[in-house]
Amino acid sequence: MAKPYDLRRYPGFFGITILCLVILYAPLAVVAVYSFNASPSITIWEGFSLRWYVDVFTGPESAKFKEAAWNSFIIAIAAATTATVIATLAATAVLRTGKFRLRTLSVGLISLPLMVPEIVTAVATLIFFNAIAFERGLMTILFAHITFCIPFAYMPISARMQGIEASYEQAAMDLYATKRQAFMRILMPLMMPGIVSGFILAFIISLDDFIITNFVKGAGVETLPTAIFGAVKQGIKPNIMAISTLLLAVSILMVAFSWLIGRRNQVEGR
Amino acid sequence: MAGGAAPGGSVQSKTYREARGWLLLPAWVTLGILTLAPLTIMLVYSFLTKEFRGGVIWEFSLDAYDQFFFDRGLFGDEPPRIEWTYIGIFWRSIWQAGAATILSLLIGFPTACFIATRPEKERTLWVFLVTIPYWVNLLIRTVSMKFLLRDEGPLSDGLIAIGAISEPLGIVNTNLAVQLGLFYSYLPFMVLPIYAAVERYNFALSEAAADLYAPRWTVLRRILLPVVKPGIVAGCILVFVPSLGSFLAPDLLGGAKNFMIGSLIEEQFKGNAGNWPFGAAASMILLTLVLILLIASARQSQKRDG
Repeated sequence: MAKPYDLRRYPGFFGITILCLVILYAPLAVVAVYSFNASPSITIWEGFSLRWYVDVFTGPESAKFKEAAWNSFIIAIAAATTATVIATLAATAVLRTGKFRLRTLSVGLISLPLMVPEIVTAVATLIFFNAIAFERGLMTILFAHITFCIPFAYMPISARMQGIEASYEQAAMDLYATKRQAFMRILMPLMMPGIVSGFILAFIISLDDFIITNFVKGAGVETLPTAIFGAVKQGIKPNIMAISTLLLAVSILMVAFSWLIGRRNQVEGR
Repeated sequence: MAGGAAPGGSVQSKTYREARGWLLLPAWVTLGILTLAPLTIMLVYSFLTKEFRGGVIWEFSLDAYDQFFFDRGLFGDEPPRIEWTYIGIFWRSIWQAGAATILSLLIGFPTACFIATRPEKERTLWVFLVTIPYWVNLLIRTVSMKFLLRDEGPLSDGLIAIGAISEPLGIVNTNLAVQLGLFYSYLPFMVLPIYAAVERYNFALSEAAADLYAPRWTVLRRILLPVVKPGIVAGCILVFVPSLGSFLAPDLLGGAKNFMIGSLIEEQFKGNAGNWPFGAAASMILLTLVLILLIASARQSQKRDG
């Protein structure tokens, strides 16, 4: 029986999808446009200019933001690297060592940082460092970041490993490769797309974090989000919009990169 | 997925069995020391005596929880009455997070359905478009939202210019602004699980219902919705839980009047209140709420799966 309409289509759903995308992009687009405003006011448009970008790199607040950006970058690299290594080893244990008693518990522990609300993690971590009298500074931020990066690194890594059959390593070992060689020369290269995705995910998550960093950072130590937050508290200024637009560009580049990797991942996986 | 591995098939691989302990050790040590231990110590702190201007005195006390639930007057000698201030803040947070969740569902469900019914090649692109904003720094997204919504902002000016409103918008520092901010923060979390569920949905079911003369919206309500319900529930939890404890949206968009749990807790550690045991107790109560919610939904989905 031919129906007068297609059951997969509902009227209005296309319109709402467009609305959804407009909502998602409009605030970011508006800020990006206004970051090129020549006026020191954030309200009046006075023509195109790059002055606020110049201001970000040479203006009176540039030293503060440069240091904060450097801190953010170092912490994100270190935290994402450590978390990726830990997650890769853990995924190998969970997926390549047969069944064992602590398996479910281990997976639960790895995903625990995802279930605890961020503000609670922030409070708990601050209290913990206080209780063991560990002085707050860059190191406390790094430790906290490693912890919440682990589940994010773990997800793509374990997904990738599930897709690689053990027969590849088996074949290598049949040809007298040691287990270490099978791991390093067979499993790891096959794992690369998943590991890179996990690293990028962890890197972005670390760069993104505000609440936990704000709690565990020492006085005078800033990352980019905490520095921006401090500045925004004084009012939104055009240089903040320029910094935001730069960060926006970085995020989009990283996502595009991880998307390309993901596509390679799929092609190879077939 | 690579060629036909049975579900959990790779579990049977025991290649590195001897190294298992060493492989797991870093994860256990890191998460044990930096997640389990801190949560335990937080629980302990919530039962200690407060020291003024931050910190604790190591003396057992129920003051933190008492202060949360009961009002004993200015000098603490009156008969206890229920203290509504903090319960009210929790209640407002639940309400705000709930409103943001419903808003996300109203926009997210049709979007997810639309994307899932696109030709397969197009889907990735649509999903990509929905997820990109999630990768942008949350602080920056929230600030952008404030920039857009504020009086004299582009939205307000635009609406005045086309004559839709005559006064500035006046949204910032209201409940609505917070709801919009939360909705904006977590909208992709609603779309993705629903999309995954609708993508797996077999539209032959819809065809069958329509053949039996069900109108299309009845098909949606009675056939599609119940089948993709797990995805909807997952989406709602992914939006509701982070909204409940969020700090940035209420702080930047809500102002002082629209306090939520996140701000209440933050005050105790970073702000002027400086009452650590109370902050720890409020965190414990929030954590308990969230865990109850997660466990309830996990049991629900277990029941469904048989």
